[in-house]
Amino acid sequence: MNVRAQAILWTAQRASAAVLGLCVLVHLATMIYAVRGGLTAAEILTRTHGSVAWFAFYSVFVLAIVVHVPIGLRSVLGEWLAWRSPSRDWALAVLAGFLWTMGMRAVLAVFG
Amino acid sequence: MKVLVKRNSAFQEFEVPRYPSQTVLDVVTYIQRVLDPTLAYRFACRVGMCGSCAMTVNGVARWTCRTHVDKVVKSDQMEIAPLRNLPVIRDLVTDMREFFDKWAKAKGQFSGSLTKKEDFQKVKPDSPKRVAVDAGIECIGCAVCYSSCDVVAQNPEYLGPAALNRAWTLVKDERDSITIERLRAVAGDAGCHSCHTHMSCTEHCPKQISPTAAIAGLKREVSMALFRKIL
Ligand code: SF4
Ligand code: SF4
Ligand code: FES
Repeated sequence: MNVRAQAILWTAQRASAAVLGLCVLVHLATMIYAVRGGLTAAEILTRTHGSVAWFAFYSVFVLAIVVHVPIGLRSVLGEWLAWRSPSRDWALAVLAGFLWTMGMRAVLAVFG
Repeated sequence: MKVLVKRNSAFQEFEVPRYPSQTVLDVVTYIQRVLDPTLAYRFACRVGMCGSCAMTVNGVARWTCRTHVDKVVKSDQMEIAPLRNLPVIRDLVTDMREFFDKWAKAKGQFSGSLTKKEDFQKVKPDSPKRVAVDAGIECIGCAVCYSSCDVVAQNPEYLGPAALNRAWTLVKDERDSITIERLRAVAGDAGCHSCHTHMSCTEHCPKQISPTAAIAGLKREVSMALFRKIL
């Protein structure tokens, strides 16, 4: 991977961290608000199903995770296991695909 | 005072007399001159200018010529070892080649565009760029920061705080003519983007320089260059 791509990865990680920070706050606030009156899981699901806005919000959340996690792991693998060969990037691309699939599966189940 | 000196992975014990204003370098010199002439160590100026006397004293990298024994001795005992993160040549002498080669890799040489036929460029001492240069320019190349940095230990390719700090002083130099090449040289996994900002370098630099701030500046400049599509 060339230096420019490495710098882009770093910038993407910082940007995704900012998005994640915001998403976590919104996520926690709505969760606390939603269960305040003692809602059951079934009741929550009837409200969330079909909500386009929440679907979009959580899709962005998942995307931020897909960007952020593999880039962070890339440094950890390089520094702790000295895994710096191109195979590391391929493995992380697979991980990103896995995270996206699992994340979107959950988003579809709740907001689909 | 009991002094343990690291020699080829084992510590050798010496008994050294204390006296007022004694420096760690004085202790090492006493051992070499009086107790064991085979002890190898390095120094030149003895006044904190040449950057050749740095060692690990009680686990912390320090310039030994300006470190008073009073400040570091613990229950009348002191441990002296070579700098970390550099190959040891013998006893307390490390091979600094890699350290300085990385300055070159980070494009640490000044490169101007004016010739001797032109008038010299005037740089205002209080301009923001010159102030940024001033903050990092007094580096003596002692490698204390390099030896204190865990990222250097984990990633042998990492250019390290001193080389990146040097690059930063040139990036902020108004006369510099190869800023983009230099940013390319210091970006990425071997450069500023690997810094964890844990500030060991800044904590231990004897010249109170903050390579951490310099590296943060480089990250900013690289991001700007990326954004402007000139990297
Ligand atoms: S702030 Fe960066 S350069 Fe300084 S010690 Fe930490 S990782 Fe190394
Ligand atoms: S930045 Fe400080 S610690 Fe590092 S080489 Fe220069 S003077 Fe020594
Ligand atoms: S001997 Fe020159 S800096 Fe210590």
